Amino acid sequence: MSVLIFIDQSEGHIKKSSYEVLGYGAAVAKQIGTSAEAIVLGAVGDDLASLGKYGVTKIHHADAANLNSMDAQAYAKVIAEAATATGATVLVFSNNVNGKAIAPRVSARLKAGLVAGAVALPDTSNGFVVKKGVFSGKAFAHISVNTAIKVIALNPNSYQPAVTGGTAEVVKLATSVQPLVKVTATNKITGQVPLSEAELVVSGGRGLKGPENWGMIEDLAKLLGAATACSRPVADAHWRPHHEHVGQTGGSIAPNLYIAVGISGAIQHLAGVNRSKVIVVINKDPEAPFFKAADYGIVGDAFEVLPKINEAVRKLKGA
Amino acid sequence: MKILVCISKTPDTTAKIAFTDNNTKFAQDGVQWIINPYDEWYSLVRAIELKEKDAATVIHLVTVGAADSDPIIRKALALGGDEAIRVNADSHDSFYIASQIAEVAKQGAYDIVFMGKETIDYNGSSIGGMVAELLDRPYVSLATKFDLNGTVATINREIEGGEETCEVSLPVVVSTQKGMAEPRIPNMKGIMGARTKPLKVQEPIAVDALTQIASFELPPAKAGVKMISADTPEELVRLLHEEAKLI
Ligand SMILES: Cc1cc2nc3c(=O)[nH]c(=O)nc-3n(C[C@H](O)[C@H](O)[C@H](O)COP(=O)(O)OP(=O)(O)OC[C@H]3O[C@@H](n4cnc5c(N)ncnc54)[C@H](O)[C@@H]3O)c2cc1C
Repeated sequence: MSVLIFIDQSEGHIKKSSYEVLGYGAAVAKQIGTSAEAIVLGAVGDDLASLGKYGVTKIHHADAANLNSMDAQAYAKVIAEAATATGATVLVFSNNVNGKAIAPRVSARLKAGLVAGAVALPDTSNGFVVKKGVFSGKAFAHISVNTAIKVIALNPNSYQPAVTGGTAEVVKLATSVQPLVKVTATNKITGQVPLSEAELVVSGGRGLKGPENWGMIEDLAKLLGAATACSRPVADAHWRPHHEHVGQTGGSIAPNLYIAVGISGAIQHLAGVNRSKVIVVINKDPEAPFFKAADYGIVGDAFEVLPKINEAVRKLKGA
Repeated sequence: MKILVCISKTPDTTAKIAFTDNNTKFAQDGVQWIINPYDEWYSLVRAIELKEKDAATVIHLVTVGAADSDPIIRKALALGGDEAIRVNADSHDSFYIASQIAEVAKQGAYDIVFMGKETIDYNGSSIGGMVAELLDRPYVSLATKFDLNGTVATINREIEGGEETCEVSLPVVVSTQKGMAEPRIPNMKGIMGARTKPLKVQEPIAVDALTQIASFELPPAKAGVKMISADTPEELVRLLHEEAKLI
């Protein structure tokens, strides 16, 4: 018996969401009285043994070069076989881009019930029940998993891993899969925190009038080390790239801080951001619905307020 | 070229979310139903665009649902697609639904299976991966672009902070999102034509659900907003630093 955690990497670097699942998986293992092991696929530059500090005892590393980029079919096969070999009863993934591709395949392969979008540790007091987000952030469901093996895909930014110390034993895992999906090009925005992993997000809406006014949003984001986001009409009008669009039909995020500037707070927008821990709304209309979902608010013209905020942050950061 | 497009029925994006039966059932009273936006705007419209380029393309739609899904599937047929299949079953278990879709996909020998990246109600993002696994086919998820060159698909997919381009030979299963296509609205001809397009109803295969919904819960209400004067925006910065300790 064990808990098997999938460590996701990108270009050899372990993703932030992987630390969350490591801590989460270790906590599940403790809860059900077993040990936590992890699996990583492809070449990794980061030190794997030190991941033991999150509470995993063993890391299986399948380092075949053909696993460097993610192919869900090949990855699922390797992970499912490792799960069988280690006698895993719970598998943990991040519900990030790769987790969304792989976890369902592993679930179908092992006929193991999947909870995708988990936001808390399982309740094992009576069966195995996991809380997850539903209705695009407007509610939660408690999902009961009926199968002997369970698969959990944990929403990013919903679990704070504990660091307990310790090192993990790293063992090489031989594989013989042939990925069919070939990655031919990568187009990544560099120098910016990816939105899905960001702890702080500065977001702009139609109230900013045009793409030429995004400088002050980007300035604030840069000062804070935040990612930038936008409302749907802004992405539709191509003022900002599609991947910045958050809401019911865009990205769903849960940063610690979400600063919304010139966004009205339509129900479809809120659906993607209302899991943010603290929401700041800057809008010139005191009746904007967003204020009802906010923790801090300023009624004012963004073009006057935001430069002053940026100045105050600059002072605070001594920049 | 044969394309299968998965269509799901979801509550309208403005629907009030409430629960009945001791928080075990979604309250459906007064709820307007729509085609899951990811299925409609991106999967279906992209399939239609592929057919517009190559008239020999055949598009079938599939939904797993009870008879109350028929208006939704007709609405989808009004946009495009040659015929539809409804598997007559009502389930919230992804594996059960995926097994039904995989069965339909096997019978029809489709080159491409498209579905939205998730449904806006249960947010599973699971059907695509499960269908692909059950069919033992490659799966490209969160696609933002899809082009065909003979039997090779070039697909852009989301990665953290960007996109990557992949190539894969058909057959393939693809989950779609923004970028794939622009939303369309059905025209009168489409709406009239949809009435006579075949909608086959077939019974589900026997599959055990792997999960069930024990209960629902609404998020706690916000404590209330603290307003800061527009004359002193630096006060916001102070509060975020000293009170919220976030910056
Ligand atoms: C099926 C469906 C799905 C949808 N999905 C999404 C989604 O995923 N994400 C999303 O965001 N939307 C979505 N929408 C659209 C949503 O309903 C709203 O139309 C949209 O969120 C509004 O964007 P906005 O707030 O930027 O613009 P607006 O509603 O135009 O609001 C602009 C705001 O800026 C304020 N403002 C104007 N000037 C200033 C200024 N100088 N300073 C400060 N404030 C100013 C105004 O008071 C106003 O509140 C969806 C809609 C539908 C029907």
